[in-house]
Amino acid sequence: MSEYTIFPIGDSAATIDFGNYIREALNKKVMAMQQWLQLHPFDGLVDIIIAYSSLSIIYDATRVKNLYKPEKTVFDFVKQKLTEAYENSSIVEKDTIVKRIPVCYDSSFALDITFVAKEKKVLIEDIIRLHTSKVYRVYMIGFQPGFPYMAAVDEKLTIPRKEKPRVLVPSGSVGLAGSQTGIYPVDSPGGWQVIGRTPIKLFNKLKANTLIIKPGDRVQFYEINLKEFARLSKS
Amino acid sequence: MSIVIIKPGILDSIQDLGRMGQGSYGINTGGAMDRFAATVANILAGNEVTEAVIEIHYPGPQILFEQDALISITGADFTAGLNDEPLPSWQPILIRKNTVLQFPIYRKGARAYLAVQGGFKLDKWLNSYSTNLKAGIGGWKGRRLETGDELFFRQSEKCVSSLFKSENNFQLLRWRTDVSNVYEQPHKISYIKGFEWDMLTQESRKSLEESKFVVHSSSDRMGYQLKGSPLHLAEKKEMVSCAVSFGTIQLLPNGRLVVLMADHQTTGGYPRIGHVISSHLPKLAQLRPSDTIQFTHVKVDEAEERLFNQQLEIQIWKRACSENLNRVYAECRL
Repeated sequence: MSEYTIFPIGDSAATIDFGNYIREALNKKVMAMQQWLQLHPFDGLVDIIIAYSSLSIIYDATRVKNLYKPEKTVFDFVKQKLTEAYENSSIVEKDTIVKRIPVCYDSSFALDITFVAKEKKVLIEDIIRLHTSKVYRVYMIGFQPGFPYMAAVDEKLTIPRKEKPRVLVPSGSVGLAGSQTGIYPVDSPGGWQVIGRTPIKLFNKLKANTLIIKPGDRVQFYEINLKEFARLSKS
Repeated sequence: MSIVIIKPGILDSIQDLGRMGQGSYGINTGGAMDRFAATVANILAGNEVTEAVIEIHYPGPQILFEQDALISITGADFTAGLNDEPLPSWQPILIRKNTVLQFPIYRKGARAYLAVQGGFKLDKWLNSYSTNLKAGIGGWKGRRLETGDELFFRQSEKCVSSLFKSENNFQLLRWRTDVSNVYEQPHKISYIKGFEWDMLTQESRKSLEESKFVVHSSSDRMGYQLKGSPLHLAEKKEMVSCAVSFGTIQLLPNGRLVVLMADHQTTGGYPRIGHVISSHLPKLAQLRPSDTIQFTHVKVDEAEERLFNQQLEIQIWKRACSENLNRVYAECRL
């Protein structure tokens, strides 16, 4: 299907990488491999972390060594497993419903929207229109608990991260970075350009493993006002 | 019965070997910075290696024991003392109730670990006791320990109390672990090459191996920022986010290196110059701001070999410590 490289990211972790791309087909393959590995795990497999165009596994090298007694290195054994996952997994196309996420673009929440407007020479109402008009794919969860990386935003909205990250980005903040858009599930430092806030709680510590937004999902934002934000925050 | 924090240290938190298997949810592993020291602390205290321990930074806390306990202190040396008497590290110790454990003078290392036999009575979050300080969950109320916090033991004191042979405040058990080989040459840190290592300029490759790097004061449980000669890639590389691991050495846009530590994020988007080998993470975890690092590159097979040797040593100690402890208990019952 496509070229890949498998390389160690430590002596207890390895990555299979399809190049530095934000491409739906590659991400689908990565997800298919994740599913295959979940169904065919090897003893000592500790975690599987998927990203845009790569899949990484964390493993207990000593356990693998003792159980499988690989001829060469444990990494060679793991590399073989990743190759198997690549060869045996197949993408299953399925219809996914579009999840609609409310966002309030009020200036009190949209900490960087004026900056983005100036930088990209677009009106604030156009930023909102452009941001809400596209359906985004959720490529991965990373950075912090439940943080969805979504792409790709309209070209008129692509903007680099802030040069100096903000010390505190409030939870619910919706941001832009490059061609990506994302939502901060918890208060944290961060460098994305914040253009709004959602009242939806993306991360619940009691249900940390039931993500509201997960890889493979389709997401579209819709605009709400402050009053609706307040009402939805309560529910 | 329990221990009570009379005076908190600068950063004392409940940790274990990390919250594994949650990377797909963006939830990081966390756990003890020095997993080796945390593991040995549990082994000496007669616990499973996955029990919760207290990770202590300097200045350390003052901890009141409200019950007799079998404890061990490992990792950094902050001259642990009970009331005013010094206690050894890396050795099991029986402690009488109504005594205060403290860490008055800094000697070496960055993180000490306290384990108590039977472990602390805490709830796991996602299968781990580790405190996720950023998300405010896990461990003890999701935060560092503070004045008045009372941590209960899971095990009653009666078996421990029977081991005392004198009226002293503490009594040492006769065995200890010699860990000198794990921490020898504390500044020499080995790494395997990262995917973008090849892209370094010739000069940068040389600097990486030949120059010294200094741990910057902004370093913390998430990562060590390193000061040193700036490194450069032959050409700029735009990267999309990808998983990173404990020990990953990233190259920031300003040419500086950062080594990801226990609380690192699950994914990152900077070039990966290398990955510190697992068996050197304990040494790395014991470095402090202004300490120096000298990197040496090794191949994957050597990194694995050293890891297996360290794990084997742990297994041997585990068996020996548990046999010793069983014998002591058996003698007591006679």
